Amino acid sequence: MRAIFIPESIEEALSIRNAYPQALWMAGGTDLLVQLRVRVHPEDDRPLILLERVASLARIDIHEDEICIGSCISFNQIASDPLLTAEVPVLTQAASTVGGPALRNMATIGGNVCTASPGGDSLPALYVLDASVELVSTSGTRRLPLSEFLTGPRKTALLPDELLTSIVIPRRRPLWTLQRYEKIGKRKALAIAVASMAAVIRTDAACGIVEEAHFAWGSVGPTVIRCPPAEEALIGRPLTQDALRSAAQIVPSWVHPIDDIRASAEYRRTVGPRLLLRLLDP
Amino acid sequence: MSRDHQATIRFMLNGEPTECTCPPDMRVIDLLREAMGLTGTKEGCGTGECGACTILLDGIPRLSCLMVAAQLHERRIETVEGIERSAEGRKLVDAFVEHGAVQCGFCTPAMEMTALALLRSRNPLDRKAIRAALSGNLCRCTGYVKIVDAVERAAAEPLS
Repeated sequence: MRAIFIPESIEEALSIRNAYPQALWMAGGTDLLVQLRVRVHPEDDRPLILLERVASLARIDIHEDEICIGSCISFNQIASDPLLTAEVPVLTQAASTVGGPALRNMATIGGNVCTASPGGDSLPALYVLDASVELVSTSGTRRLPLSEFLTGPRKTALLPDELLTSIVIPRRRPLWTLQRYEKIGKRKALAIAVASMAAVIRTDAACGIVEEAHFAWGSVGPTVIRCPPAEEALIGRPLTQDALRSAAQIVPSWVHPIDDIRASAEYRRTVGPRLLLRLLDP
Repeated sequence: MSRDHQATIRFMLNGEPTECTCPPDMRVIDLLREAMGLTGTKEGCGTGECGACTILLDGIPRLSCLMVAAQLHERRIETVEGIERSAEGRKLVDAFVEHGAVQCGFCTPAMEMTALALLRSRNPLDRKAIRAALSGNLCRCTGYVKIVDAVERAAAEPLS
């Protein structure tokens, strides 16, 4: 039996956490409750602090130069948000591939980030959008780039007294010319990624020359994998299948996949980079 | 609000005010099936990968194997036991019977609850939208065609 706390404000949540330092944050619970069941320790009675009724964590705030997505916003809310769909479709596409519809009504973006799974569906999309996380404790607030927050498989830089309150995405003007999330799973729904990729590209409006490109891969390494040389290989070239093919050839030496129940390392090393070849598909 | 040892949790269950005393970290699927005897809701995988335990919380499909009892407090819960309380629910149940959308029946309660939320959404429903809405509910018998037929039929029929 574990105690359950249901705070209604960030301040209340932090004070409970300070009183029970071993307590666990629970957002949607879709990963945490599975983890607590598969590794059952009878002596584990760490309390749960449920965040679902903290209203300030369940908001999407649109500012002039950034979008702040509350950590308890669900993937269904993200996938169905009109402004996010228009401005950061790479993220809404990723959100719509998480689990199934009922799971997306529960699972949150903050939970996905803090779980820090190598296959976390939102993570590659957040990487290419240069997202940061906002971390709050009783002693203050700090921001970290997501790439510094995620330190390894299921490891983050979250301090024991901190709460992840929002994911911050800088707004780009003009918008990226192309945004795409691609995921390979065993089936279309309810699948954990065998490999995934997020890409954003900006091309020159007049002649279609690539000016900037960000790529990130999931499920092909201990955490999200970037490959700067593949991005640079596209700069200054028209966005063609040939250009994408030459960029994709650089990627395999940058990924570090493992064999697991879903796929072999070899398959992941082969298929992950080639997701780039889908970017020109309609 | 803190829930320790045994907690008293109040919620609406299929339209009836309900109060139960249970460990606050008890899974909702166990509360429904074991403590309350409502065995319509099924447990398949227990990890969020099959959808068999889907119930409606404030009208929205959720997985009862991945929720704890304390989360129900002051919420509105619907399970398959209450499906025939609404005209949409009765239409769905009839359509499942007419179209032979049930074989072993294990996925059926959750299929129907997911479909019920979909029918209430009043969005225009084609087969693609129905398949997408049911994509988190696994069926190992029917091949899904008859289930989609049944939901399509229920969506097309005016409320009686």
